[in-house]
Amino acid sequence: MDPVLDMAAWIRHAAELVAADADRLTRLDAEIGDGDHGHNLNRGFTAAVAALPDSGPPGKILMAAGRAIVSKTGGASGPLYGTALRRAGKALGDAETVDAAALGAALRAALEGVQELGQAAAGDKTMVDALIPAVAAYDAAASDGIAAATRATAEAAAKGAEETIPLQARKGRASYLGPRSIGHEDPGASSTALILRALAEVAAS
Amino acid sequence: MGNVGIVVVAHSRRLAEGVAELGRQMGVGEVRVEPAGGDVDGGLGTSIELVEQAVRAADQGAGVVLLADIGSSVLTAKTFIEDAEGEVVFADAPLVEGVVAAASAACGGADLQAVASAATEAYGFRKGTSSG
Repeated sequence: MDPVLDMAAWIRHAAELVAADADRLTRLDAEIGDGDHGHNLNRGFTAAVAALPDSGPPGKILMAAGRAIVSKTGGASGPLYGTALRRAGKALGDAETVDAAALGAALRAALEGVQELGQAAAGDKTMVDALIPAVAAYDAAASDGIAAATRATAEAAAKGAEETIPLQARKGRASYLGPRSIGHEDPGASSTALILRALAEVAAS
Repeated sequence: MGNVGIVVVAHSRRLAEGVAELGRQMGVGEVRVEPAGGDVDGGLGTSIELVEQAVRAADQGAGVVLLADIGSSVLTAKTFIEDAEGEVVFADAPLVEGVVAAASAACGGADLQAVASAATEAYGFRKGTSSG
């Protein structure tokens, strides 16, 4: 039996990790993007923490966080992460607790929402390059329970982010740089890995 | 019921206002063209709140077409539409030419889909070959 996964704790911990790494994410973004990713995301997650309801089903908590992120982040990461959380929340519905299968469906809904909105495919050097292997790793490990599956998810996302380094960007400002976008980790993939690490750490605690 | 309204979503407040000004001229005063430019503090960026306000101001009951400049403006406009109540559509279009085409079509009483199509068709208006 999995322990109860607290979605509000995930958002709070993700906000802590984003705040701690905001400068690093912004530096990554300054290399190939417009140099605001870490600080935008920090503003968005700070707003998400402030918008967390005191109680309610996990799906509603994620939807509230997603709405705040859409409103307050600025930049492309706001609509993308906001949509990811809202789709995940919608997938969880009104259920009072989250089991391993439901979390897997929520992660897949988040990926689908991001791809639908941003139209990015694998290999475009975006957050999708962290999310696709993360969702696949979760599915492969889901039968081992939430703690093990989210650990596998976080590891796959980190590896996916690292593997964006040799890629040439095909989305966003970085795509205008052509081959000069090669040799840098994508900041969106990097922040996706961070947020999924927060999920794994909350699930393990 | 009035004409279809138009919202210009852009990273810069002045860019959005300038394109909206041009659109109003093409709509000869009969089309509401509203800017949603920059972030809420007036800096460069995008804001879903400003999009929402602009849509409300542009809506005369016949629906609203959103056009966007690049990147996060496009994503913000599409995210707004996902939740929007009423008739709001996103037009995949070049911003300046699209707003001019959309305002011209809306002024003639075209419906929501026809205005959005007019904006998209503006991708076809060439300005000469690259060799001059």
